[in-house]
Amino acid sequence: MSKIRQAFANGKAFIPFITCGDPDLATTGAIVRAMAENGADLIELGIPFSDPTAEGPVIQGANLRALRGGVTTDRIFDFVRELRRDVSIPMVFMTYANVVFSYGAERFVAACEKTGIDGLILPDIPFEEKEEFIDVCRSHGVDLISMIAPTSENRIAMIAREAEGFLYIVSSLGVTGTRSEIHTDIQALVQAVRKNTDIPCAVGFGISTPAQAQKMANLSDGAIVGSAIIRLVEQYGKDSPEKIGEYVRSMKSAIRK
Amino acid sequence: MPETLMNAVIELEEAYNRFKDDPTFQAELTELFNGYAGRPSLLYYAEKMTRDLGGAKIYLKREDLNHTGAHKINNVLGQALLAKKMGKTRLIAETGAGQHGVATATAAALFGMECVVFMGEEDTKRQALNVYKMRLLGAKVVPVASGTRTLKDAVSEAMREWTSRIADTHYCIGSTMGPHPFPTIVRDFQAVISKEIKAQILQKEGRLPDAVIACVGGGSNAMGSFYHFIPDKQVALIGCEAAGRGIDTFETAATVNTGKVGIFHGMKSYFCQDEYGQIAPVYSISAGLDYPGVGPEHAYLHDIGRATYVPVTDDEAVDAFEYLSKTEGIIPAIESSHALAYAKKIASDMGKDKIIVVTVSGRGDKDCAAIARYRGEDIHE
Repeated sequence: MSKIRQAFANGKAFIPFITCGDPDLATTGAIVRAMAENGADLIELGIPFSDPTAEGPVIQGANLRALRGGVTTDRIFDFVRELRRDVSIPMVFMTYANVVFSYGAERFVAACEKTGIDGLILPDIPFEEKEEFIDVCRSHGVDLISMIAPTSENRIAMIAREAEGFLYIVSSLGVTGTRSEIHTDIQALVQAVRKNTDIPCAVGFGISTPAQAQKMANLSDGAIVGSAIIRLVEQYGKDSPEKIGEYVRSMKSAIRK
Repeated sequence: MPETLMNAVIELEEAYNRFKDDPTFQAELTELFNGYAGRPSLLYYAEKMTRDLGGAKIYLKREDLNHTGAHKINNVLGQALLAKKMGKTRLIAETGAGQHGVATATAAALFGMECVVFMGEEDTKRQALNVYKMRLLGAKVVPVASGTRTLKDAVSEAMREWTSRIADTHYCIGSTMGPHPFPTIVRDFQAVISKEIKAQILQKEGRLPDAVIACVGGGSNAMGSFYHFIPDKQVALIGCEAAGRGIDTFETAATVNTGKVGIFHGMKSYFCQDEYGQIAPVYSISAGLDYPGVGPEHAYLHDIGRATYVPVTDDEAVDAFEYLSKTEGIIPAIESSHALAYAKKIASDMGKDKIIVVTVSGRGDKDCAAIARYRGEDIHE
């Protein structure tokens, strides 16, 4: 069983996202530890990109703040190496194709394996383009996570059959960001996936409240939250780890119900 | 490309493959080109310029004479017609200087479609007149406040908008860039330029030109000017990139000359970027060439050595802008002035038996105030 599958072994998974280096890596480190201590099952670490086309304004802001603070891919690998001394839960990177491509896919994924990153989410790489990265990911045991969107329809079977780690179910049209309501028939998407694979499905995009997380996790295997957490970083800055810890605890306890 | 848009681009590719060889579609498009946009555009012999430079014979392909004043209308009419056939009722577009935005708003008015144009906040201030024109034509203009607030951010925002509303909306991309099939579609709609040049030069000179020169941002007027000459190896194809303040400075947009291969905006091509793959803020006096990437087919033509990409600075382009105005009574767009500057540079070293075709991609009315300010005059639109 890959380390990512373990994240789904103890009931529904709660998967928080954080942008590395927003406002600085020391704060990100404290946030990750607070998430792990308060029940996060898997953590998505964002490597900032100058032009994050899948993100709404909140996570765009985090990307730009982190880059302005001087964070780089190399500094993030150093940071993960340091984190791994005491943080053992599964962690994946979420970033954009050009960050990996320009570093050199082989060099990037080898560094993931060495520092203890279990998977990679690239929202601008669809099924048809994954050949660019899939071989190096497989040879280093790093899962390349696939996404399924409300518009995927006839593509679900093809994507699900080759999925690794977990399947990221995009809850809504559009970009990341909190939403008051999610209109997509998540149950139908998950059922279509289930016909093709038993890989865990986690729902992301638009989730912010415990009630939403509970509902989405009930329909799938877990809930992913990004923008709502970045908002806490925006609001509390270096004091955000404690607040985020409380938030993660409330979300995890909601999806346990 | 995000998964959310994959079925949309596949549907677009299937529709395009269905219509591109359809005689009815082509007849409708030709009627729009000729009856609405004013095609074919002239191939004009610039006799005074030729005499003044004392070398190769210079012909100008006058895309500036098209309706809306630039080559952009060719692509927009094609895509709007395709979108209509696909049952779409809403066009969205990005724009830099505003030329593509104005062209899209024009087509939307003509076809009775809703239109939303994304434009960097900086550019809406620099090109206030074009913002007004788009509104006049019935479009909504959305200022983009993210990132560098220029063309690349307008592209990103248009893509974000498309992921949120796909069913009734076509993203009318403005250049030979973005995810497949856009570079192919835009190339094919712009290829009318080289098709006409070829017929016109054969009629006037009885032979093909020695060089075809065009400016390159995303690369649509250049690809249109080159396309039908690609098999004719004796014709040199020269793309002129915006070097801004010079390719040895950070204030440049010369992608092929200073960038490296990357993956961004749905394509693998050359991009101006830092060592970690962060897209670089680029600079050029020309808002239309102020993009950190180049269309993938240009990257290919560069890699196989079929086309050459040369940098042209702001100073050289402004000189050419003034030169053509005074010499031929034609005010070219500052974008096109990059191509004219390079033609000026090489024509005198070429024999009088040689022939150069330069594509004047657009007219320069929109640039007059900015060039005046560049020369130290305090005028505003």
